[in-house]
Amino acid sequence: MEGAMQVDTQIRTEPGAEAGPGGPGCSLRHFACEQNLLSRPDGSASFLQGDTSVLAGVYGPAEVKISKEIFNKATLEVLLRPKTGLPGVAEKSRERLIRNTCEAVVLGALHPRTSITVVLQVISDAGSLLACCLNAACMALVDAGVPMRALFCGVTCALDADGNLVLDPTVKQEKEARAVLTFALDSVEWKLLMSTTKGLYTNAELQQCLAAAQAASQQVFRFFRESLQRRYSKS
Amino acid sequence: MAEAAAIAAESLAGSKARAARTVLGQVVLPGEELLLPEQEDAEGPGGAGERLLRLNPGARSRVRVVCGPGLRRSGDRLLVTKCGRLRHKEPGGGGGGGGVYWVDSQQKRYVPVKGDHVIGIVTAKSGDIFKVDVGGSEPASLSYLAFEGATKRNRPNVQVGDLIYGQFLVANKDMEPEMVCIDSCGRANGMGVIGQDGLLFKVTLGLIRKLLAPDCEIIQEVGKLYPLEIVFGMNGRIWVKAKTIQQTLILANILEACEHMTTDQRKQIFSRLAES
Repeated sequence: MEGAMQVDTQIRTEPGAEAGPGGPGCSLRHFACEQNLLSRPDGSASFLQGDTSVLAGVYGPAEVKISKEIFNKATLEVLLRPKTGLPGVAEKSRERLIRNTCEAVVLGALHPRTSITVVLQVISDAGSLLACCLNAACMALVDAGVPMRALFCGVTCALDADGNLVLDPTVKQEKEARAVLTFALDSVEWKLLMSTTKGLYTNAELQQCLAAAQAASQQVFRFFRESLQRRYSKS
Repeated sequence: MAEAAAIAAESLAGSKARAARTVLGQVVLPGEELLLPEQEDAEGPGGAGERLLRLNPGARSRVRVVCGPGLRRSGDRLLVTKCGRLRHKEPGGGGGGGGVYWVDSQQKRYVPVKGDHVIGIVTAKSGDIFKVDVGGSEPASLSYLAFEGATKRNRPNVQVGDLIYGQFLVANKDMEPEMVCIDSCGRANGMGVIGQDGLLFKVTLGLIRKLLAPDCEIIQEVGKLYPLEIVFGMNGRIWVKAKTIQQTLILANILEACEHMTTDQRKQIFSRLAES
């Protein structure tokens, strides 16, 4: 109990913008977030994780095409734009993962027959892109005032050849890794909302990664809270 | 990793259900749980989760609590669904808990609410109804008979593109919103087609609520500056008209800028404008 308290306060004293060396590889790169930076969308946010940066815009609850209308809930759409060129299969697959995560937390039943569109623009990819997209999408949804059950965040873990765990890996670490796992977690019970994995890992390693992601998610949620408090301190 | 799990458990217990009274005026996030004053005694820090068995559970719910925007009820629990500052209004009788709780958020998108006064733009005329764009997810309908003095013979003069100041008669998530430009006595009461000229611009919904608050000094200050006509729509639209175009633009710029200024900054600006 005492020990847990100590670790907890240690994490709390760490500045949200810069994660200190919590353990070997068990630290996140520094975050930065700006909200309401675009004038046209109903909500927008840019999220930085190290050198990975994603800009998100949310439109909604807005008018929906008849063909996409769902009579008892809002139609959620996620568009992921790569840095250059047109979105391909990889983007479509990520869009689906992000959409499923958003659908789990957005209270769509409160706005039936409307559309909520999340547009994500990749600005730079330096690893853990999906996690950064999830974080940007969450902040933009909060900024737009879309009713949600909970906040959510994305955490990427990489396992290298020796079985060492690296949180929030860079592109180089991702390439060298034996397995890369990305989790989406909610802010109420820290339960898993979405997971996507690539590579080989054992059952124990999965549990280990999940536990590390849960611990890291609290740091992210603490950062979310600080960032939102800063936004509302102006008014 | 057991340590990590322990942290999770610790914070889980720590961040669970704060008392609504202690977080008034503070920022709340989606997913947070709030405790009402009546629940505090049973589940508060002293209670340690051990609830006393009540002999008469029906008797305690005499206080009426209303959940405003940004909050929802799930069984006995009060959950936050939007980010913003938690606000509370005591019930009319005063004291004794209860009242209205809501979250004051800085949202841009309008969702129609029954009874709200809004500014709409007529987008279509079809038979005996007008379609009015109010910034919501679908256009509102407005009957041609819902104007003061309108009869089947005497149709109101409304063209596509006109601005309408009206009130929502029907607004819920399952039905098309319906507007009227008369009150229950059949009087216009300031509503109807907004005249030619003037300037329409959009601001956030939070700013509109701030400007329409009964003790808002911004409006009084603005009124001292120039003679003006102004209409506020709860959907974030403001229509303003002064004697000259220049004055109209100055007023629009001041109102837009008011959102992120402190009271002192505002006073400075108004005194500088009064001099010139």
